[in-house]
Amino acid sequence: MNKELLLQVKDLCKSFGGVKAVNNVSFDLYRGDIMGIIGPNGSGKTTLNNLITGFIKKDSGKVYFKGKDISSWPAYKIVDAGLARTFQLLRPYPTLPAFKNLIPPLYSPRARRTSRGKLGDRAAVSIDILEEVGFERDARVPYKLAGALPLGYLKRLELCRCLALKPELIICDEVFSGLSMSEIASMVPLMERLQREGITLIMVEHRLRELFKIANRVLVLNFGEKITEGSPQEIFNDEKVKEAYFGGGETYVFS
Amino acid sequence: MMQELRKERLDRGIKVRADSIYAISSLKEIMFLMGPGLILVFGLLVLPAVVSPYWQRVLCIAGVYVLLSISFGFLANYVGLVCLGGALFVGVGGYLSGILNAYFGLSPLLAIPLATVAGAFICTLLLLPCLPLRGVYFAIISFVYPLLAGRLIAATGVFGGTDGIAELDVLTNKWVNIYLIFILILVVVFGISRLVNYEDLGLVFRGVKDNEQAITASGLNITFYKAQAVFIGAALGCFGGAYLSHLYGWAGMSLFAIDFSILPVAATVVGGSGILYGPLLGAFLLIPISEALRAFGTLRIVFYAIVLVFFVVFWTEGVLEYVRRKYEQFEHWVRV
Repeated sequence: MNKELLLQVKDLCKSFGGVKAVNNVSFDLYRGDIMGIIGPNGSGKTTLNNLITGFIKKDSGKVYFKGKDISSWPAYKIVDAGLARTFQLLRPYPTLPAFKNLIPPLYSPRARRTSRGKLGDRAAVSIDILEEVGFERDARVPYKLAGALPLGYLKRLELCRCLALKPELIICDEVFSGLSMSEIASMVPLMERLQREGITLIMVEHRLRELFKIANRVLVLNFGEKITEGSPQEIFNDEKVKEAYFGGGETYVFS
Repeated sequence: MMQELRKERLDRGIKVRADSIYAISSLKEIMFLMGPGLILVFGLLVLPAVVSPYWQRVLCIAGVYVLLSISFGFLANYVGLVCLGGALFVGVGGYLSGILNAYFGLSPLLAIPLATVAGAFICTLLLLPCLPLRGVYFAIISFVYPLLAGRLIAATGVFGGTDGIAELDVLTNKWVNIYLIFILILVVVFGISRLVNYEDLGLVFRGVKDNEQAITASGLNITFYKAQAVFIGAALGCFGGAYLSHLYGWAGMSLFAIDFSILPVAATVVGGSGILYGPLLGAFLLIPISEALRAFGTLRIVFYAIVLVFFVVFWTEGVLEYVRRKYEQFEHWVRV
């Protein structure tokens, strides 16, 4: 395998009081891949995301991004290096119109660097970005207050905030959850397009059917520990995964 | 044939698509949009010229409180920092300007701007360690600094100790005195209003208030932007302090009085929070009320408290919010 190693996570640990939220999790991620992280509720998926992106302090373990040790960097610096993330609990600026929600990321040092000073009017750029990810269906939507937008648009807005930074890796925390089947169906091609454009993705998901369609590799967590890692097909047939999700014993149709 | 008339709201035709985009089709509509701003400009420029010298001096002092209220409103409504550092800003600005004037012989017109910038820098440095704190915790720290400074000066006797620095140069021309602060208020209020509504930096500030984690996830160092906002807020207060010390000709411990921290909060309650002009109007109402109540002697504070309680209990939206609502619902007759 001659793909470039983009992100390396080594023996990451975090406990809240007596609960080991993330326990000795390690994995490698190569540029251009889509990696899925799955697991039952409370298995530490979001905590792992927060640990990698620096939003929570690690107890122990190392994270390397593009070969650099980013374990002790503050969160904004990790984002600045090209590792963007979305939040499961969406974080828009409700008092600003949707397109103005993208002004802060476009104002960031990284956006200035990546555009080499040729950014132009930030409001115009932000509307371009919004239209790329599905705001084009109604010309009025980008001007509405973010607080008044429906969930589907907010999820896209969350993704837009990452895209405005021109990141190399995006960690998506449950972008599919809470969306209708048709909305998910329109998000899947978007994710595939991001991959074609050279952005590496980590998708923390509950919607396994859609995830297995687009992911190259899948990592399974349970009680903060990595149970297994492999291609979607391997995970699909793995007994340990079925046991983690369904408690073992009986067989259910996996969907 | 009878002409039929119907009442119609004026703002309905103007706002289209969204809040920030307007379609204007007549002079009447232009006047409707510009009216509040024009009233403010003419009000502030004409008012000091038509009142008696005693009230002119009251207005000068009120101007300082207006600047502090704008500073408080800006930090609280647009950056999410509840800052009770008014007394700190005024004290630092006032003492700095006093020191520059008395010890280094700079003229007030040079000492005031220098004290504004240097004071804002010092205040920002002092508040820097507590910027990660939020809400009431930040408020407490910013409130404690001026108390600490007052005790330090009294205990060590620096800068004239409890007597303060006396015999500072004053600005002798009364019109320079009054329009210096009134024009500055206009510049500041329109400047900040433009900053938070249209400038990208201002949108980052509002983002800090709405959602700190999203700002961090945008690759922005949140402490750096909070510090910038505190610098702006502190500069307003420091200017107020420097101006006051040259109005009185004296820089003393009363510049660290907690009035400077508390009154902006009261002004925001009376004027209406959420918009920048609310605290401005509130301060312009409260200081003259306080002056007019002087005739009652010590009972003054009781009446003052009654006014405040009235606003807190019965008129929570504040004066300006009420006026604005009525203004936006303004109707005119149109032919059907």
